[in-house]
Amino acid sequence: MSSQQAVIEDISNTWGNQIEVLEDEFFAGVKVPLQILPELFRKIRDEHGFNYLANLTAVDHQDRFELVYHIYSIPDNRKLMVKADVDHDAPSAPSAVSIWPTADWQEREVFDLMGIRFEGHPNLKRILLPDEFEGHPLRKDFQMKG
Amino acid sequence: MLQTEQLTINIGPQHPSAHGGLHVEAVLDGEVVVDAIPHVGYVHRSVEKIAESRTYAQFVPYTARLDYLGTHLPVIGYVQAVEKLAGIEVPERAEYIRVIMGELSRIASHQLFIGSLAIDLGATTGLLYCMRDRERIMDMFEMTSGQRLLAAYMRIGGIAEDLPPEFLPAVRSFVRDIPKMIKEYQGLLYGNEIFQARLKGIGKLSAQDAIAYGVTGPNLRACGVSYDIRKAEPYGIYDRFDFEIPVGSNGDAWDRLMVRNEEIIQSGRIIEQALDQLPEGEIRAKVPRVFKPEKGKSVYHRIEGAKGELGYYIVSDGGEKPYRLHVRAPSFVNLMALPLVSRGGLVQDIIVNIATLDPVLGEADR
Amino acid sequence: MAVDLNKENNDVEVLQKNNILVTTLEKIWDWGRSWSFWPLNYGCNCCPIEMLAASAARFDIARYGYEVFRASPRQADLIIVAGPVTLKMKPILERVWAQMPEPKWVLAMGNCATSGGPFKDGYSILPGCDTVVPVDVYVPGCPPRPEALFHGLLELKKKVASGQYTHRR
Repeated sequence: MSSQQAVIEDISNTWGNQIEVLEDEFFAGVKVPLQILPELFRKIRDEHGFNYLANLTAVDHQDRFELVYHIYSIPDNRKLMVKADVDHDAPSAPSAVSIWPTADWQEREVFDLMGIRFEGHPNLKRILLPDEFEGHPLRKDFQMKG
Repeated sequence: MLQTEQLTINIGPQHPSAHGGLHVEAVLDGEVVVDAIPHVGYVHRSVEKIAESRTYAQFVPYTARLDYLGTHLPVIGYVQAVEKLAGIEVPERAEYIRVIMGELSRIASHQLFIGSLAIDLGATTGLLYCMRDRERIMDMFEMTSGQRLLAAYMRIGGIAEDLPPEFLPAVRSFVRDIPKMIKEYQGLLYGNEIFQARLKGIGKLSAQDAIAYGVTGPNLRACGVSYDIRKAEPYGIYDRFDFEIPVGSNGDAWDRLMVRNEEIIQSGRIIEQALDQLPEGEIRAKVPRVFKPEKGKSVYHRIEGAKGELGYYIVSDGGEKPYRLHVRAPSFVNLMALPLVSRGGLVQDIIVNIATLDPVLGEADR
Repeated sequence: MAVDLNKENNDVEVLQKNNILVTTLEKIWDWGRSWSFWPLNYGCNCCPIEMLAASAARFDIARYGYEVFRASPRQADLIIVAGPVTLKMKPILERVWAQMPEPKWVLAMGNCATSGGPFKDGYSILPGCDTVVPVDVYVPGCPPRPEALFHGLLELKKKVASGQYTHRR
């Protein structure tokens, strides 16, 4: 879609070679450094109409975490995937709650199960597990005591 | 002057209308709701971690236990995501049967929605009528897969077994009876003055708030946003069917009920078209028993579940088990709207709002 | 004389030796209780949907006398633990069980309540609700059909009517 290309081009032009355009056959996307996420989100929401954050999740690649965002524009029917690497030893990322309020519980779930802290989140507490649970189960080094 | 203070009461998780274990912490000033904070996690069954120790085919029954009311829909979403990941093409007959089963599941889920809304408001008989009609669909599922509720009828590459001869007449007769069924619900429930007074104008959600909070499905369409994944990003063979998307105007509880009511009728239309177009042929593609998708590939596949956008994000590491599987559950995200619609209302409207947002806790907690 | 009421096999004879009026009345109470359990509205997950179907018109739990589902644990005497017991739900189940007055019974419905079910190797499920409450009848299935639930209820009825149940003062 030509307008989909225009979005990715705009992002590449703004941040230059910090952006890696992903070769994914199902979902057009970009890989970005962590610190530009709030700016990027604000840009695509305000200038390109991406008003719906569908999915926010994280993957543990053992040497790093990878945050994955799937964002849609409902009025123009476009989609964009944004990925960002997070440091494995002190995992921390900027929160997207101020841009899309739907990130509230989704970030809490990532914190609960993966242990990534989100700076700027209004209420970063565990959501699915009891508060006194120790550990972050979806990490690859979590041992399940069956 | 009277000295008043705010009272915090807990609704659930053991509660007749907890919808499976929802805990709402309601902060009240008299009868007016200051805040209604939902707490989830009482049914967290660590499905995503279990997925990492099951092969792709072994995980299929677990998906049925996510949104257990929309029986086949979450399973269809998962097998389609895996088929996308592994590049498997599904035969035509299987695609049509999946559409029929998926839309029957949607009708069953909405029937239970109407029934549980009725019983939450005190109209117990409404539940009995809806359950009676739902039993017809349960029978049809049992004919094909042997299971009433949690049928893992779908397989990666197609479906498990071909349809028995008594299935098609049963579906046709059910679809023919849908208008009569809706008329019965109208006479029994919707025309009732008390029912309308408890739903109209209650729990208003604006379209902007709904999109910002990620609310999808019939809840979003009740706010006036015409967004249905079956039309916006068609998956499977949904682009071959002619159906409408019912849209509300006020975003209140009444509209959420009416949108689902109309969706039952539209699903009936889709099923009828699928029955007319159903071809003969294979029901399952040739898939190796243990297959390994390419390393490093990932896919996000979303379907229009009964509650909203149900998405699967699967990352493969080249092995026979997924490296990471994430379920984007519509009920989990829809529940974020509960405080929004309840603040400023009365305490009894919290129950109406929970019932009309239609959360399924099995899906919300995974 | 000290009587060990927890000894299952011969407590009836011990009581009979001591007080025949009370034990006869106990038998009548047990017969009455077995005909009308008051189940508690408790359940999370897929099994309560089959419990709901069992209480609806087609399967009709009312013909056995068990249709009076109570919302408050203080008014119920049977808890049908339908669904898994997660870490977060464990204190809730314990509290609800403690609030139910004696005599009370537990029916574990479904594979998750019996043993943890398909989610047994997860990190957040207890291996069966019998780690929290004493179970009288187990009904396996995923989910068990309403007829299976009725079979379980009738087995419980036999157990209660004969005076042998796990939790007895």
